[in-house]
Amino acid sequence: MLIDWFTVGAQALNFLILVWLMKRFLYKPILHAIDEREKRIAATLKDADEKQAEAQKERDAFQQKNAAFDQQREALFSQASIDAKAEGQRLLDAARKAADALGTQRLETLRNDAHNLNQAISRQTQQEVFAIVRKALADLASTSLEERLGEVFIRRLQALESPAKAGLAAALTAAAEPVLVRSAFDLPAAQCALIQQTLNETFSATIKVRFETRPEVISGIELAANGWKIAWSIADYMAELEKSVGKLIKDQLKPEDKPENKEASEVVE
Amino acid sequence: MHLSPDEVIFWQYGFFKLNATIVFTWGIMFVLAVGSKLITRNLSTELQRSRWQNLLEIIVTAIEKQIKEVGLCHPRPYLSFLGTLFLFVATASLCTIIPGYEPPTGSLSTTAALALCVFVAVPLFGILDQGMGGYLKSYLEPTVIMLPFNIISELSRTLALAVRLFGNMMSGAMIIGILLTITPFIFPVVMTLLGLLTGMVQAYIFSILAAVYIAAAMRTRKPHTKPEPKN
Repeated sequence: MLIDWFTVGAQALNFLILVWLMKRFLYKPILHAIDEREKRIAATLKDADEKQAEAQKERDAFQQKNAAFDQQREALFSQASIDAKAEGQRLLDAARKAADALGTQRLETLRNDAHNLNQAISRQTQQEVFAIVRKALADLASTSLEERLGEVFIRRLQALESPAKAGLAAALTAAAEPVLVRSAFDLPAAQCALIQQTLNETFSATIKVRFETRPEVISGIELAANGWKIAWSIADYMAELEKSVGKLIKDQLKPEDKPENKEASEVVE
Repeated sequence: MHLSPDEVIFWQYGFFKLNATIVFTWGIMFVLAVGSKLITRNLSTELQRSRWQNLLEIIVTAIEKQIKEVGLCHPRPYLSFLGTLFLFVATASLCTIIPGYEPPTGSLSTTAALALCVFVAVPLFGILDQGMGGYLKSYLEPTVIMLPFNIISELSRTLALAVRLFGNMMSGAMIIGILLTITPFIFPVVMTLLGLLTGMVQAYIFSILAAVYIAAAMRTRKPHTKPEPKN
């Protein structure tokens, strides 16, 4: 008999025991370990996915911020450029204005200098002319310049035209105050008397005269009364001379002005 | 020369006896259980693990995969039974390289016991899955006329299981025994190697057939709800 039923039963029982043993010692722990590992791997992968997602999010945010920053920087840069240009223009204008002002000031100073020079020259010239004339007259006629001036003045009084003479007469007679005769020097008493006499005779009235010495009259005599004036002095000639000298200086200064102006314009640039 | 290890009796008391089949089975049980216990004593759940643990994991996951491929989508409940069938038969075959050892699967009593276990397990799993009524109804499928044929099929396949394994294992042992008397050198070694191969194939066939029977019992009621996995 190939089959022994006791052995069959025993083997069946053995097999069932083996099933239990293997389940207890092999399948359960091994499957548990595998499951645990899979869980751990799944958790790790999930964590990695989350981290990746987070990183992606942060990268996006960073890129966005970067773009915004670039935009802001561009805006600031363009604004700064505009501001700098405006500021540059303003500074340029201010410099141009300052240069113009400086140029004007220099021109003004130059003019003042020229004017002062003119005055000095004319003053000097007058004095020189007086000195020459005085000397010449003294040499020629043995008369003083003042005497000669008095004579010329008297002659002019006498040679007055009728309308002027009438107007002056009216003014002289109507004047409440004495008639003012101004001269650059003290007139000699004889001269004063002669002038008084000539006035009286010319206007046929007794005219009160007050003599006054004024240096600015410059070697001349003038008579002023009630808005009327009769005068003769070298100052008139001097004015003519001054005018011609001034013109001469002006002509000489003009070419010098030009390079200065050019210099001023270079500063502006 | 004896045909089955049942005939080698170490101790007997009336009906009870201790033959080579039972003793070698205990030996295999001891090796499997103690070996598993030793290896699974310090299991690692980390990515780093021991070689032995790796080996056991490969074996277990391979069995699980095979069961899944047969058609049982959730192999965990059947893993203990089917996996132990495979491991027992495979170990019994592998140990034939030990001199003086006789495979317990070379005894018709052992194969019959295993086939009986499958015979009981198939309806048991079927009933657990779909209930008593549902399982019994499967015998009437597709028509009532098929009932006797279904019953005959159950019995015959159990017999086939037992005889197939027994025949293969016994014949392997017999051929080696006969060859040893004729050509004592070299040729028996080749035959032993071939025996190892056929033993592994038998272990695979036995457990896969058991899985197929169980899967068939599962699928009779729910043909569409549990489709076969593609891989």
